[in-house]
Amino acid sequence: MKISLQLLLFSITPCLASLKEELVEHYADVLHATYRQTLGEAKILDEMIGDFVGKPTGERFLKIKAQWIKSRLPYSQTEVARFYDGPIDDENGFEGWINAWPIDEAYLDYVRGKPESGLINNSAKARGIDEETLFELNEQGGEADICTGYHAIEFLLWGQDFFENSPGQRPFADYTSEKNAKRRRDALQACSRLLVTHLSTLAAEWSPEKENYRDRFTSAPAGQSLSKILTGMSMLSGFELASERLAVAYDTRNQEDEHSCFSDTTHLDLCYNIKGIQNVWRGEFQAVKGPGIRKLAEAAAPALAAEITRNLDQCLLLAEGIPVPFDQAVRGEEDAPGRVKILKCIESLEHLNQNLLILAEKTSLGMSIKASQ
Amino acid sequence: MKYFPLLSLTFFSMILWGKKLPDEYYSGGETTVFIENNKAFSRPLANISPKTLRHHSIGNSFFNQNWIEAPASATGRDGLGPIFNARSCSACHPNDGKGRPLMNGVNKLGMVTRISIPGRADDGGPLGDPRYGTQLSDFALPTLEPEARIRIKYTKTLAQFANQESFFLRKPELVVTNLSMGPLSDEIRFSNRLAPPVHGMGLIDALADATILSFADPDDRDGDGISGRPNTVWDREKGRNGLGRFGWKASQATLKQQIADAFLNDIGITSELHPREALSPYQHETLALGTHKDGATPEASDKIIDRVTTYLATIAPPARRQIEEDGVKRGQKIFQQIKCASCHIPEMVTRSDASLPELASQIIRPYSDFLLHDMGPRLADGRQDFEASGREWRTPPLWGIGLQHVVSRHSFFLHDGRAQNVIEAILWHGGEGQDSCDQFVALPRDKKEALFEFLNSL
Repeated sequence: MKISLQLLLFSITPCLASLKEELVEHYADVLHATYRQTLGEAKILDEMIGDFVGKPTGERFLKIKAQWIKSRLPYSQTEVARFYDGPIDDENGFEGWINAWPIDEAYLDYVRGKPESGLINNSAKARGIDEETLFELNEQGGEADICTGYHAIEFLLWGQDFFENSPGQRPFADYTSEKNAKRRRDALQACSRLLVTHLSTLAAEWSPEKENYRDRFTSAPAGQSLSKILTGMSMLSGFELASERLAVAYDTRNQEDEHSCFSDTTHLDLCYNIKGIQNVWRGEFQAVKGPGIRKLAEAAAPALAAEITRNLDQCLLLAEGIPVPFDQAVRGEEDAPGRVKILKCIESLEHLNQNLLILAEKTSLGMSIKASQ
Repeated sequence: MKYFPLLSLTFFSMILWGKKLPDEYYSGGETTVFIENNKAFSRPLANISPKTLRHHSIGNSFFNQNWIEAPASATGRDGLGPIFNARSCSACHPNDGKGRPLMNGVNKLGMVTRISIPGRADDGGPLGDPRYGTQLSDFALPTLEPEARIRIKYTKTLAQFANQESFFLRKPELVVTNLSMGPLSDEIRFSNRLAPPVHGMGLIDALADATILSFADPDDRDGDGISGRPNTVWDREKGRNGLGRFGWKASQATLKQQIADAFLNDIGITSELHPREALSPYQHETLALGTHKDGATPEASDKIIDRVTTYLATIAPPARRQIEEDGVKRGQKIFQQIKCASCHIPEMVTRSDASLPELASQIIRPYSDFLLHDMGPRLADGRQDFEASGREWRTPPLWGIGLQHVVSRHSFFLHDGRAQNVIEAILWHGGEGQDSCDQFVALPRDKKEALFEFLNSL
């Protein structure tokens, strides 16, 4: 009995070891493909903004807004790679530049009640506005006034959202006949250029080359990298989505305690964040297909693997069911349909997180998670 | 980078390999978390309930995120300033730990400069400078000037001890420039304060007054040269005096008030406990606030303050490490022998009716009496704070100090971070601490090292 068990272990162990390596490699492929698409969409956004800035038309204005929404979808799917000090959010990471929230609207442009505020309306603070100006100003003062990234662009496109049934309604004239229209066009372009620069760096860090983050990630002991992968999945589902994004808004009932508050597209952030976790679980991003973390779970704890698969489907279904716009869904009485759905989604994400933690323990990756945290 | 993971379950189950460890490991009783990395001061209590955990997480969000200038779309998070020291709690308490040290004397986030003139304010606390109030703000909203620029110059000072040994220590000297509203009062007193780590505060809040008072010996009746006085401070919530227990001079009676004060004075965020911005009457009249708008009234709702209070009440103290090692055991004895433990009291029990059941009846090991002690002229700031004289300071708890370099990546100690390591921190002890300090200096090298091993295990 003893001998046969040992034999069995011998035959499984090398097989599991090579599976782990394969999983890490394929995770890097999935992530690289996601960053590449993110970069691609951001470049299209940047080009469209270039056209718009050259010759602003109402039609172009609408198109860049649509492209901004489109460009967020792949980005949201990359966020599963946060929380383990990878290139996105290690000490020198760009997360704060790319996706800072909340942003200092009044630092960037006028806001209701402060028509003169912002860099755009303040030539003493910044004579011209380009990428370098924004880069330097964001670094000033230790505690940066944030005026770059997706949400800065979002603010420049939509403006503040004071409306129950629609996103912000920044007038197109802000880019043509209104005061400081030229500076506003420059700021918009500078933001999109800076975004492309930062995303290019991230895509390069995950590309299959030598001496980048991916190289170190895939050549490190597979257990170590797998624990990072699980950390990202767990932190995104539990800490970031269940707590930061949903429970906080649910608790405060604050209309604009939501990430994409100007464009009212927070529901998309949520769904595509979950999709990002699912991608890693399944080992898929569009045409890129291969073994996902599910394979590891199936080898170690098949019942748990099936449950996590169900958790993810459930989370996505519940997230998709939250009424749009999110800022209205959080309001109302305890039994308001929006609030009930949000609460269910929170619980479901918490459940997913719990199961991911159990998986980390069952695959003996818990210790490495501890080390990486 | 600002986050805490919901992993405490994992950690806890990991250390429970079947046998319970010796009690001394559990710095926070059943709340203790076993962790040794840079999130060591950021974990929820090990015994936290699911409901409290959710409130903890929400509070964490408001602790971490930047406050922004009003009016902004995120109306729950606006109202920064108009003048401030930081934009978020976590800016000065990164990883929920200590503030960053001053680099090349330039004020980095994590230190504030309190100011006052002789006398007392209506609530019995420090009397502010007529123009600048009770704290210098080195940041301001874009259209305004910061109150001042703050730098620190260090000079060498020689400290001599009973056995004729002497050491050079660095003494900070505050340099205030660019005062934006004219001169400070001629009688101005300064006190620099490094932001302390914030773990375990719920357990301190859950100590009965009687427990802390039982450590007091204001007239030194036992003749050990160590008195220990309670500070009596204004409790804003109850509208009467109470026992001070938080802050470098024990000038705050409750955790909630400590938090509301920090929101107001450091970030410029009003709350129900502090409905008005921390501006002097002079500033209210003359400061060209321009287009400054307040956020909501108050800027941080009571719910937000409550959630942040829950967050800070439910960060666990980390477990001790290596306590069975020989050096640590010897060091612990020396800690007792040279009477460090007379003020840094190892063990006490929280009240049975604490605000949260998780915090109730816990045997905790904070290594503090939470009382005021005269620390001699060298450490004195000459600034009265309620009953605390210019020479008195509250004994800071020592739990977690062995992990400070991991969490905060520096080993600076004392109220203004002047001590660059534990040795210097000990050498600065004067007044009631002088005798222990002399005894420490006279210890042979191996005993000193054992003492450090012990301190590192905390």
